Amino acid sequence: MQAHSEVQHDLILGRLSWDAIPFHEPILIATFAGVLLGGAGLLGALTYFRMWGPLWRNWITSIDHKKIGIMYMILGLIMLMRGFADALMMRAQQAIAFGDNAGFLPPHHYDQVFTAHGVIMIFFVAMPFVTGLMNYVVPLQIGARDVAFPFLNNFSFWMTTFGAVLIMASLFVGEFAKTGWLAYPPLSGILASPDVGVDYYIWALQVAGVGTLLSGVNLIATIVKMRAPGMDMMKMPVFTWTALCTNVLIVAVFPVLTAVLAMLSMDRTFDTHFFTNDGGGNPMLYVNLIWIWGHPEVYILVLPIFGIFSEIVSTYSGKRLFGYSSMVYATVVITILSYLVWLHHFFTMGSGASVNSFFGITTMIISIPTGAKIFNWLFTMYRGRIRFELPMMWTISFMITFVIGGMTGVLLAVPPADFVLHNSLFLIAHFHNVIIGGVVFGVFAAINYWWPKAFGYKLNTYWGKWSFWLWTIGFYFAFMPLYVLGLMGVTRRMSHFDDPSLQIWFQIAAVGALMIAGGIGAMLLQFYVSFRDRAKLRDVTGDPWNGRTLEWSTSSPPPDYNFAFTPVVHDNDAWADMKKNGYQRPLSDFVEIHMPANTWAGFVISALAGGLGFCLIWQMWLLAGVAFAAMLGTIIVHTFNYKRDYYIPVKQVTETEEAFTQKLEAHA
Amino acid sequence: MAHHDHNHGHHDDHHGHDDGHDHGSLKTYTIGFILSVILTAIPFWLVMGKVLDNPSTTAMILLGLGAVQIVVHMVYFLHMNSKSEGGWNMLALIFSAILVIIVLSGSIWVMYHMNHNMMPGMPDAHDMRIRP
Amino acid sequence: MKDTTDISARYFVREHHPENGTLLGFWIYLMSDCLLFACLFSAYAILGRNYAGGPTGAELFDLKLVAINTAFLLLSSITYGFAMLESQKKKLGLTIFWLAITGVFGLAFLGLEIYEFLHLIHQGAGPDRSAFLTSFFALVGTHGLHVTFGIVWLVTLLFQLKKHGLTHENKRRMMCLSMFWHFLDVVWIGVFTFVYLMGVM
Repeated sequence: MQAHSEVQHDLILGRLSWDAIPFHEPILIATFAGVLLGGAGLLGALTYFRMWGPLWRNWITSIDHKKIGIMYMILGLIMLMRGFADALMMRAQQAIAFGDNAGFLPPHHYDQVFTAHGVIMIFFVAMPFVTGLMNYVVPLQIGARDVAFPFLNNFSFWMTTFGAVLIMASLFVGEFAKTGWLAYPPLSGILASPDVGVDYYIWALQVAGVGTLLSGVNLIATIVKMRAPGMDMMKMPVFTWTALCTNVLIVAVFPVLTAVLAMLSMDRTFDTHFFTNDGGGNPMLYVNLIWIWGHPEVYILVLPIFGIFSEIVSTYSGKRLFGYSSMVYATVVITILSYLVWLHHFFTMGSGASVNSFFGITTMIISIPTGAKIFNWLFTMYRGRIRFELPMMWTISFMITFVIGGMTGVLLAVPPADFVLHNSLFLIAHFHNVIIGGVVFGVFAAINYWWPKAFGYKLNTYWGKWSFWLWTIGFYFAFMPLYVLGLMGVTRRMSHFDDPSLQIWFQIAAVGALMIAGGIGAMLLQFYVSFRDRAKLRDVTGDPWNGRTLEWSTSSPPPDYNFAFTPVVHDNDAWADMKKNGYQRPLSDFVEIHMPANTWAGFVISALAGGLGFCLIWQMWLLAGVAFAAMLGTIIVHTFNYKRDYYIPVKQVTETEEAFTQKLEAHA
Repeated sequence: MAHHDHNHGHHDDHHGHDDGHDHGSLKTYTIGFILSVILTAIPFWLVMGKVLDNPSTTAMILLGLGAVQIVVHMVYFLHMNSKSEGGWNMLALIFSAILVIIVLSGSIWVMYHMNHNMMPGMPDAHDMRIRP
Repeated sequence: MKDTTDISARYFVREHHPENGTLLGFWIYLMSDCLLFACLFSAYAILGRNYAGGPTGAELFDLKLVAINTAFLLLSSITYGFAMLESQKKKLGLTIFWLAITGVFGLAFLGLEIYEFLHLIHQGAGPDRSAFLTSFFALVGTHGLHVTFGIVWLVTLLFQLKKHGLTHENKRRMMCLSMFWHFLDVVWIGVFTFVYLMGVM
């Protein structure tokens, strides 16, 4: 049975035509106008201040893990704005759309909003944040000068970015998927979704997914091969341990996502029968496979966060982390168990009691090592000299909020309970509880913690506290009502309701969303004010928090080469150990340092990949072929470049180190 | 600069051999090849010659010999040993193998039950296994 | 002064060359590829008997052809092995020769496989006919795509060997391609066992 869309097929333009531009949607046109103006302003400013050269040389082509880490964070922040705009629209719609009031978002638009919200928040906010932090911090923590494959690192970043570009393009050219963030068939199949939306979804994720997978390979090789002498596995900082486990998860499961999306794409394009209702296909197979990816994915998001909190709790308690070994074992156990729980996402699909029981039990078991971590953090704090700097505040909020979310998760792990609560607002409340309470709060804690390292000045505390309180209180206002609504039986992804007694809860949730908006605004203000006042907030020591791990032994920001001499490690909390034993920085006899050179290839290949994705989405087969050939050609040309390194001369190293020495002496 | 390149070159050389990288020999490649030929010929012969009556038994033998041949490839062609890369290669391989088994067997188990419960009237899971 | 210097001296080294991570990194990438194939094998395991009233493996598969293809791939593995041995003996010419032979076997494999696919499609047994054929084409086709990329890489490497000879970088690239190539054969063991032989029974 053929099921191609009825749109005209042009040789060059495929299915693309003027119809693709949503002239009839005022919200989108207004957004587009805003983006055009803002974009023009930005490009104009870049030209006026002659920034194109430095931008290209120092950032776009950079293979420095620190620059790449910062760029990931910027990407995450930008996409947070977009994803949160989607959230505000949903909250607004759900607060008003009762009875005769249809709200301002018709279903076909609302469905795109919640799909985009989920896709963006997971793939283009949380993943870049977590990847960015690991990229920035891990090489410094292990005493290395960069990651194992610096070029690949640059490429990974740009692939992620061009995936995000494709998502953003769907706003203005064509439309996005209306299927929810996991795009289950048959809804996402060609019959029910003949439009380009699901194709945007597929190709954005395929492009970004390649970047993530290669990043996983990169960080594993880095941690295994590039640790400083003396840093055995059990002397690594906990954040590095969690980074290792996270990247193992990435390498193991992202291929599953790639395969499943490719299968869906084949069903849509070539009329194959993986997940169709006819021809022997099986839509349930998609759900099974995609969650084999999906569950480890949420651990990919949260394990680095656990690492961040371990670093923060020990630093601001002035104590070594309690139970280092058990933290490591707990992390490894969580990593392994995360492959054995995936069915809890579809208890209700009908696999029966024996299967459901197995996965219900494994799901409950996996909460145990997480609980052990909480206890370890609490025991670290006990009898510590606790400093309630912003990172520590975020940590406390995380501990309370995440634990509540975890408990509702254990509740959902009971199959009979899940039969009532699956796909209700209770589920939505649960996962936002753990993702916001865990991942978001963790990222904000990390930003406040490591910002001084990256930029040389601390973040303003006043606005930081506003952001903290608005986010924390706002979160509870926004999501506790959803628990109530879910228990009352309200289903997720609804754009309109008939029962007026529910409205008050949605209105409270909308207030919460506004508070969170305030929290985000306060955070942006915090960045601006801190930058403005950076002279006052300056940290010259490189170690503003009396840190315990090696990144704090460098200047802030660290020099390109991170360490003039590779540190030798003798104990856990290597920097704390060095300080305790009266370590003095070497001041002379520097050597030249071997460094990787910048590259244009990562950006170019990724841009071509993004272009290829766009052509495939719009079925511009000829141009797609050209893009693919260009990509392959560029990759091959790049492999003919054997000269990818340079040496920093002794004189330059000496000058850089002397400058730091002088700053330290002036400060003391 | 050339002086430094030379030094780095030597380092790479030494590291290459220190890592426990086995590079094989004509003997190991030949043994691997012959074993693989045998382990391939037997399955083809069993099936094309319809040698055994019971398809389940044949299937078991096929899978078993396939697993053995994979190990042969790992050892003789890929020079897999527990020293290479400080044991990380072996660890990665075992971990991946476990995950592959979980994905395969987990999916088969789950989907068998899904099909049985949710696709009434459809022929059951014995369709997912071998039938004569 | 001397004391502090001694204390500090424990905590750094002047020169440190971290071990090269390329071979480990590539191995890890190959492990991820195993998971990709596991997914495709799973799909085949579940959908592989859904014939939708159409042709079955017993009706379609030509085991003689599969045997020949298996031979091509296995031979290409050993010829790559010979190329590696020659490269260790620093014999550039023979290395290139055996690599080229490997490429020829690879092309022969691909050619036969494309012939098989076209023949099936011509018979009305294309990937859109049934879930069995969908999963068959996806699994075997993905393997074929990997072989294709391997050959592109091999040809590129031949040019690079001609240009630069058996440098460290090129030898490392040969080792990576070696791992890749042998893995293609490992996956093929799974394919001919699980798909073709068991599919015919």
